Amino acid sequence: MQAWLDSLIARGDFGARPDAALAYGIAMAIACALVLALIALPFASIVTWVERRVWARIQSRVGPNRVGPQGFLQWLADGVKHVCKEDLAPEEADARLFKLAPWLVALGFFLPWAVMPFSSALILADLNVGILYLTAVTALTVVGVLMAGWASNNKWSLLGGIRSAAQIVSYEIPAGLSILPVVLMSGTLSMEGIIRAQGWAPQSWFLFANPFCVPAATILFISGLAENNRTPFDLPEAESELVAGFATEYTGMRYLLFYMAEWGNMFVSAAIVATLFLGGWRAPALSRSAVAMNTIEFAVFNLKVLTIVFVSMWVRGTLPRVRIDQMMALCWKYFVPIAFVDLLGTAGWVALWPDGNPIASWLLLACAAAGIVLFVRRVAIYARRSRMELRLRPTS
Amino acid sequence: MLMRSLFYLFAAMTIGSAAIAAFSRNIVHSAFALLGAFAGVAAIYTLLGADFVAMTQVFVYIGGILVLTLFAVMLTQGIADVTVSNRAVGRAPALAVTIAVGTAMAAAIARSPWPAAPAYVPAPTTYGIGNAFLGPYALPFEVASIVLLAALIGAVVIARPASSGEEDTP
Repeated sequence: MQAWLDSLIARGDFGARPDAALAYGIAMAIACALVLALIALPFASIVTWVERRVWARIQSRVGPNRVGPQGFLQWLADGVKHVCKEDLAPEEADARLFKLAPWLVALGFFLPWAVMPFSSALILADLNVGILYLTAVTALTVVGVLMAGWASNNKWSLLGGIRSAAQIVSYEIPAGLSILPVVLMSGTLSMEGIIRAQGWAPQSWFLFANPFCVPAATILFISGLAENNRTPFDLPEAESELVAGFATEYTGMRYLLFYMAEWGNMFVSAAIVATLFLGGWRAPALSRSAVAMNTIEFAVFNLKVLTIVFVSMWVRGTLPRVRIDQMMALCWKYFVPIAFVDLLGTAGWVALWPDGNPIASWLLLACAAAGIVLFVRRVAIYARRSRMELRLRPTS
Repeated sequence: MLMRSLFYLFAAMTIGSAAIAAFSRNIVHSAFALLGAFAGVAAIYTLLGADFVAMTQVFVYIGGILVLTLFAVMLTQGIADVTVSNRAVGRAPALAVTIAVGTAMAAAIARSPWPAAPAYVPAPTTYGIGNAFLGPYALPFEVASIVLLAALIGAVVIARPASSGEEDTP
């Protein structure tokens, strides 16, 4: 499936074969619709139920379990409820901007899927500037959020919108800077090219390519949380301070669009981390059949992405919200300098070992594995202890 | 045919949004209309095969400049009075300036040779741009960076509150 834009660029003009261009355009439109309908929207919907169940588990509650088996159909019920709600717009609101804003946010959520590398063949458009495109189009979300905040004609909405814009614009800088080490090492901006520069085995991932990549990946992940307005960075929609922030005045389908984009963007930012640092869809060559290999690669990619999504749910269930000055200090006083050091360090590393340093990669992988083992043991000890205490003193 | 209709679509989007930005009486509407103008220009860059420039346009203009403009507009005093627009200069001088600039541009358009469509096949440009920046154009690139850095430092010096005596000296 070759990219529509890339083919336009490569062939210059379709003037000679207008029918081929039309057929190509229709095929790409159908493919885009399939990716959105089969992956993006189901993820954004079902993840709401998953996330509520995960939080419930973290907070020793049950969570939604009434609609369907284990409450699985809760997302469907919520969707139907929102569609049936009255579409209200405040009388004093700027009606046109108020109605346009959710669509801009949704557009900022839809556009990244064009370069989402699900497997070696399953990518809508392997743009030559893929990762740059991905970071650029998410900016539409900011514009939509600002528009919603202003057009609602409501102080909470405006404050929420401005907080969100300040947050996203600030965190774009460390996020962009932590993408650059990977571009340095792979020498390409294309999503598939970056994945192909890594291997399936963990020691050949860019995460372990040099000691500067682990902090870069961490900064990218945390900036992703901040750009999606997720706890601990959910200041733009802090319920206790701003009602629902920029979405306060929205109801029904428009409200749903905001939250669909927010939840769906979890997948997008997790996919960026998985692509850049965790080897993307890279899988060992288990089969000769292209279909089987692509299925395996699709599963590997989604496993990595969903693991990162789960970690972000876990963070949301665990950490309290930061203050706005803490959020800004974290970005500008810590992340930006660390990201610059990562960039310079990686540049030096690439100059010293242009083909990578396998010993360092193995050492880093060993450190990471040891860290994960220690962490799991610690969690297991606490889990056992809390279960024991619950049994001894169930009411305390 | 397809490319031509796409071009006219994006050109209309750019010009229409720019017209809203220029003529709207509501300064916030003007700022939001810039979105269409910037996006249309990025789309035209894409049609021209300038993939890297198009993405940089979206990244810098929509992600950076537009958001900062909106931010500045929304933090400005009297935002509730949204009918503020620039009427500092009357219509007659505006007309004179428009005619002068329009004549100059029309003359330039009429005189320039307008080369026909290039015969080469446009290829991805990122590699060439990167090599040019770090090769033959390294010095201008670095000078531009220094100008930007100086602007940043200047902005910090101006914006910083002069609360006590010793903080006045930067």
